[in-house]
Amino acid sequence: MLRRLHHEQPESFAYTPANDAWAKAQITKYPEGRQASAIIPLLWRAQEQEGWLTRPAIEYVADMLDMAYIRALEVATFYFMFQLQPVGTVAHIQICGTTSCMICGAEDLIGVCKEKIAPKAHQLSDDGKFSWEEVECLGACTNAPMAQIGKDYYEDLTTESFAKMLDDMAAGKVPVPGPQNGRYASEPRAGLTSLKEFDSGKTQYNASAQAAVDIGDSIKRIDGTEVPLITPWLQDAANSTAAPTNAKAEKSSPKAAPKAEEKLASVPEGGADDLKMISGVGPALEKKLHAARVTSFAQIAAWSEDDIIRMDDLLSFKGRIARDNWVEQAKKLASGIETDFSKRAKKADIYKN
Amino acid sequence: MLKDEDRIFTNLYGMHDRTLAGAKARGHWDGTAGLIQKGRDWVVEQTKASGLRGRGGAGFPTGLKWSFMPKESDGRPSYLVVNADESEPGTCKDREIMRHDPHTLIEGCLIASFAMNAHACYIYLRGEYIREREALQTAIDECYDAGLLGKNAAGSGWDFDLFLHHGAGAYICGEETALLESLEGKKGMPRMKPPFPAGAGLYGCPTTVNNVESIAVVPTILRRGADWFSGFGRANNAGTKLFAISGHVNNPCVVEEAMSISFDELIDRHCGGIRGGWDNLKAVIPGGSSVPCLPADVMRKDAIMDFDWLREQRSGLGTAAVIVMDQSTDIIKAIWRLSKFYKHESCGQCTPCREGTGWMMRVMDRLVTGEAEVEEIDMLLDVTKQVEGHTICALGDAAAWPIQGLVRHFRDEIEDRIKAKRTGRVTAVAAE
Repeated sequence: MLRRLHHEQPESFAYTPANDAWAKAQITKYPEGRQASAIIPLLWRAQEQEGWLTRPAIEYVADMLDMAYIRALEVATFYFMFQLQPVGTVAHIQICGTTSCMICGAEDLIGVCKEKIAPKAHQLSDDGKFSWEEVECLGACTNAPMAQIGKDYYEDLTTESFAKMLDDMAAGKVPVPGPQNGRYASEPRAGLTSLKEFDSGKTQYNASAQAAVDIGDSIKRIDGTEVPLITPWLQDAANSTAAPTNAKAEKSSPKAAPKAEEKLASVPEGGADDLKMISGVGPALEKKLHAARVTSFAQIAAWSEDDIIRMDDLLSFKGRIARDNWVEQAKKLASGIETDFSKRAKKADIYKN
Repeated sequence: MLKDEDRIFTNLYGMHDRTLAGAKARGHWDGTAGLIQKGRDWVVEQTKASGLRGRGGAGFPTGLKWSFMPKESDGRPSYLVVNADESEPGTCKDREIMRHDPHTLIEGCLIASFAMNAHACYIYLRGEYIREREALQTAIDECYDAGLLGKNAAGSGWDFDLFLHHGAGAYICGEETALLESLEGKKGMPRMKPPFPAGAGLYGCPTTVNNVESIAVVPTILRRGADWFSGFGRANNAGTKLFAISGHVNNPCVVEEAMSISFDELIDRHCGGIRGGWDNLKAVIPGGSSVPCLPADVMRKDAIMDFDWLREQRSGLGTAAVIVMDQSTDIIKAIWRLSKFYKHESCGQCTPCREGTGWMMRVMDRLVTGEAEVEEIDMLLDVTKQVEGHTICALGDAAAWPIQGLVRHFRDEIEDRIKAKRTGRVTAVAAE
């Protein structure tokens, strides 16, 4: 299937600070040098932020992951979840049209889309609020027919309930996702035929719908603050290495260690700086740095290349100190100059305590 | 019928406590460290003895697959990759595990990774399952907090990290080597085999790719014993299985049942029967879109839902995604829709599949309207044979089989439609 970039592209793209932190956390999931693995989640996040995937966004992500633009472009055009053209400002409706849904009435839902939104898929409605497309099996077949709107599945639809839902969304309401016919999840509608012995009363909604309801406005674009990505795997490495491995590191490099140790250990008198103002340091990493007695920009600014390697190793930062250029950032911040990131971060107040 | 106490997924519908505490109360994470301390060989042997066959469609024995992994590391790390890219049309079972009973999967990941000498596991979730991803991530975070993952996971002495990764809507990434390509940040195009993933998989390291359900059932099997699990189902088709029934039944649902359950029991007990009664049944796709459909007369005489019986009928259990179609269904169109699906999802790497899926769909287009020659049916069959077996991965086969099944069982109907179009008259069969 031919998928090309849209003919009109915006000038630039940048993640919101929270999405940036999220993206950097995502990269830590993969081994060092394998950061390209993160491309699908990062592109998707960019799309979630903007509504569709623009060329600047693809290039931004490619730069972030140290990939050639063409490799990122290949990925963006290969996977169908990436919308390469603008979508409706309120919602992009994805109707599952594959066999299970088709025999349960998906074609009628598409009829509703054609009538209410636009005659063709991927075409914007006249008011620009909606667009639609038919997608392949979304994996909710026992709840057919269904549609994905934004991040949520709306299941067990009829033409009436679906049409009403579109009207509600146009009027600014956010319908509760999940089955629309009174069913809870994927159990038989007429009543449980199994697991009755375990019945213990239930929460109001199934897990998917509950997540959407907890977040609230589930149709709006995400800015990254909704569902944070914590990185317990880094936390864990820091907890276990911070104290005991110090000794090991000293043993293995007796010459370099005392000097570095001294520098790391000397806590400045001015008190702690907000290390999160360095792009690449989030709350989790800041904690790790504190645990290693690094609290000020000046300390980081004074790191030599050996120190960087040592700290990277000590805290298993996987090369990110050099990659994100912490030392240069810290030098600026230490001398009172704001960086692009610190300005953005302060403005948006992304790290609320 | 399977008793509730023998069901592994006790929170399949999410009606009970979905947190770690709830999972523990239902018996998960019980004595995990003890199971691991019995050793790698014990875990693999027990899994083999239980007769567990992969739940992702191919039905390959899980324990045997694990035993292909190198016993000693040659310096490269080993990986477990869980295939949660559930996108076979008709299949929606793994979704229920991940959003409602995620701790079965997480515990399974730990034990299976230990059995394969892997300190890291990636779960590759399909991109559209966004809430499911959040639910699963919440459960993973809970486990890290409780010390069940991370260093010395669950007090077993095994260091283990579990990472959640997701795709972006490509069916082909459910093929194991395409999944690995995608996980490495590339287009999801399948790799040539050999080398098999157990030799060189993710990042060139030994890797095993398993379906969600295959991994999630392991902890319970180890706790209750291989004999317990192999006690369900016929020989060589052991265990319990999640069935996902969609289409024209009164109450479509996902349900855990014993393997080798009869088709009528499955439908009558859990789905409230066929819509409009059993005489209204026309055809069944018993295992997801990739397996050939079977007509009502085959499915009504003691049909047994397991790997071997369905294979004897020249179909398959696949993922146990049962699509039921009643007499109101245009069966030709239903299969045409699957052809359209495969054309859409072909990755474009191998010519027979890239071009063949398009040819097959276009001939099916004409068969649906009846604007075709009768000879084209055999021509279509010929094309399916030229695609089948001539591609790197099984997507080519999967595109060919539904059409072969249609022609095998519903040739009359296709011919009648063509004739009716010619003469302008409707014959007996088409008028049904």
